[in-house]
Amino acid sequence: MYRYDEFDQTLVAERVEQFRRQVQRRLTGEISEDQFKPLRLMNGLYMQLHAYMLRVNVPYGSLSSEQMHKFAHIARTYDKGFGHFTTRQNIQYNWVKLEDTPDLLRELADVEVTAIQSSGNCVRNITSDQYAGRARDEIEDPRIYCELLRQYTVLHPEFSYLPRKFKIAVTGAPKDRAAVAVHDIGLRMHLNDAGQMRFEVLVGGGQGRTPFIAHTIRESLEPEHLLSYVEAILRVYNIHGRRDNINKARIKIIVNQMGIERYRELVDEEWERIKDGSLKVPQEEIDRINAYFASPEYEVLEDISEELDAVRKIDEEFDRWMKSNVVAHKVSGYSIVNITLKAPGRVPGDINADDMDAVADLADQYSLGEIRISHRQNLTLVDVKQQALHSLWQELKLLELATPNLGQITDIICCPGLDYCGLANARSIPVADDINQHFVDVDRLALVGDLTINISGCMNACGHHHVGNIGILGVDKRGKEFFQLTLGGSSDEHASLGDRLGPGLPQADVPIAIEAIVDQYLQDRQEDERFLDTYRRIGIEPFKKAVYGTPESKDVA
Amino acid sequence: MQMIIASRLDDGRVVFIDAAAAWADSIEDGVVLESQAEIDRLMGEATQAVEDCVIVEPYLIEVVVENGARRPVEAREAIRAFGPSARTDQLIGRE
Repeated sequence: MYRYDEFDQTLVAERVEQFRRQVQRRLTGEISEDQFKPLRLMNGLYMQLHAYMLRVNVPYGSLSSEQMHKFAHIARTYDKGFGHFTTRQNIQYNWVKLEDTPDLLRELADVEVTAIQSSGNCVRNITSDQYAGRARDEIEDPRIYCELLRQYTVLHPEFSYLPRKFKIAVTGAPKDRAAVAVHDIGLRMHLNDAGQMRFEVLVGGGQGRTPFIAHTIRESLEPEHLLSYVEAILRVYNIHGRRDNINKARIKIIVNQMGIERYRELVDEEWERIKDGSLKVPQEEIDRINAYFASPEYEVLEDISEELDAVRKIDEEFDRWMKSNVVAHKVSGYSIVNITLKAPGRVPGDINADDMDAVADLADQYSLGEIRISHRQNLTLVDVKQQALHSLWQELKLLELATPNLGQITDIICCPGLDYCGLANARSIPVADDINQHFVDVDRLALVGDLTINISGCMNACGHHHVGNIGILGVDKRGKEFFQLTLGGSSDEHASLGDRLGPGLPQADVPIAIEAIVDQYLQDRQEDERFLDTYRRIGIEPFKKAVYGTPESKDVA
Repeated sequence: MQMIIASRLDDGRVVFIDAAAAWADSIEDGVVLESQAEIDRLMGEATQAVEDCVIVEPYLIEVVVENGARRPVEAREAIRAFGPSARTDQLIGRE
């Protein structure tokens, strides 16, 4: 893991003390709320429906057990004993007091965690693959480049007041687990004909009220030019991005208005000017950062899949969990274990302080002390010995953290919605729970297989509804909550935006509609076809009919 | 019927103005405003409370009284008054 050097430590400590003075000036009235708001947002502090909410960065979703223990301590000391993991691999605390925030940030700084740029019109936490450094299909560990970009963008004076927020995601594997095509900049690694790693650079993707899949702006970029090319993209955006209308201020709007060819011309023009200057990244710097992410010293272990198969044959529940939640590791004898934070009665992405401590202890005991957060709001233990899988599963079961539903209908991405968020139009948490309560038959879930459901409580799409295989968008119609369904969205390497199924449904009808969609899929699927593939093959009409009878006959919203 | 709702500056908690222009944590302890004169007087107090760094973002909400209990008309304000419908520290069930 990356460790702060003296410069990082000093910078973060000074930033906390600066914010302490800003809070003090606000509490004594030296500055108004209007003056204070951009300052608190730069430190991740929002005012939500019930209290202040603090968003804390988990850079590229990697954290140590020590940091997870600190998150638990923060939850108990400064909040109501829980936290919420988000689609940007961050953690949010929902009940923070303004006056406590500087002390809270000071405590986070002790374990090299900050809330700097977790909000505001700047480059946000750079996200990545939760299996980074461990995935079998990976070309290089994407966290090296995430960290390079993090160091370059944090408190960058030119890019601290962009037209709007700016999100970057990096994947090192052909299988995209980081949703890079719906980011302002997405970076995908590939190998060129000479076997050298290059980035495909995507730009202008995003969700919100005007969703777009990103365009490829450069097919192949040398790693040494990563910073200069990203700077050129940011500079063109900073100059041409709209500041007159918040809904048209993201880079996706300008890229799609002027067209990718014109945007590319402007970027290339700027890049030619700067590419061979001070931003050219020396190999030594890449190597220096790479050393922080060097693989741990793994034991030489035999693959024991066959022995595990024997256990799985006699323990159906363990088998189900293995099939769903355990993923192949790049090193023989090890596995990657996913812990979904989704189950009936759970708020998706939420975890209480005791469970945070318990997961941190399990990470120490079973997984070399490291934990990952996924953009699907789950946790991952990335270095588990195969021989320890059964014991780990038993411990997770005792904690009720062994739900075998990764990537299935009940593994729902869900924003906080109107239960917490000042922007939301409808609640999303109760809808997720309705679905979780409805689909309790684990055999049926396994039969249905990969099918993502993503729920957002408003057009801002924090719950990624546009790229859910089934997307659910909460809308307000004359003071009542309704839910619009979309089908066919995906955030993987073949990303697509969902198509609207029909008129909005009342909350109680949502699980029934999803049941009808699932039934239609099971009826039409060919062999092991995933829901998304069936949908792409047969189109929306059969599903419309399944949910609404004759198309759009139930015009309820 | 209307009430004035706001967020307390130091801890961000939801508060309601009472008849003495103090800020109550519970909707039941706030004052229901039934005349324009009362609204004008207490909105003036709320504006002063913003200046005095006691609260932020005061505004009027519509309320009804059902079975002797006050309830905001808008779903958003009801959630502000009574809390999230599902909270991990106290899963209180759904409405």
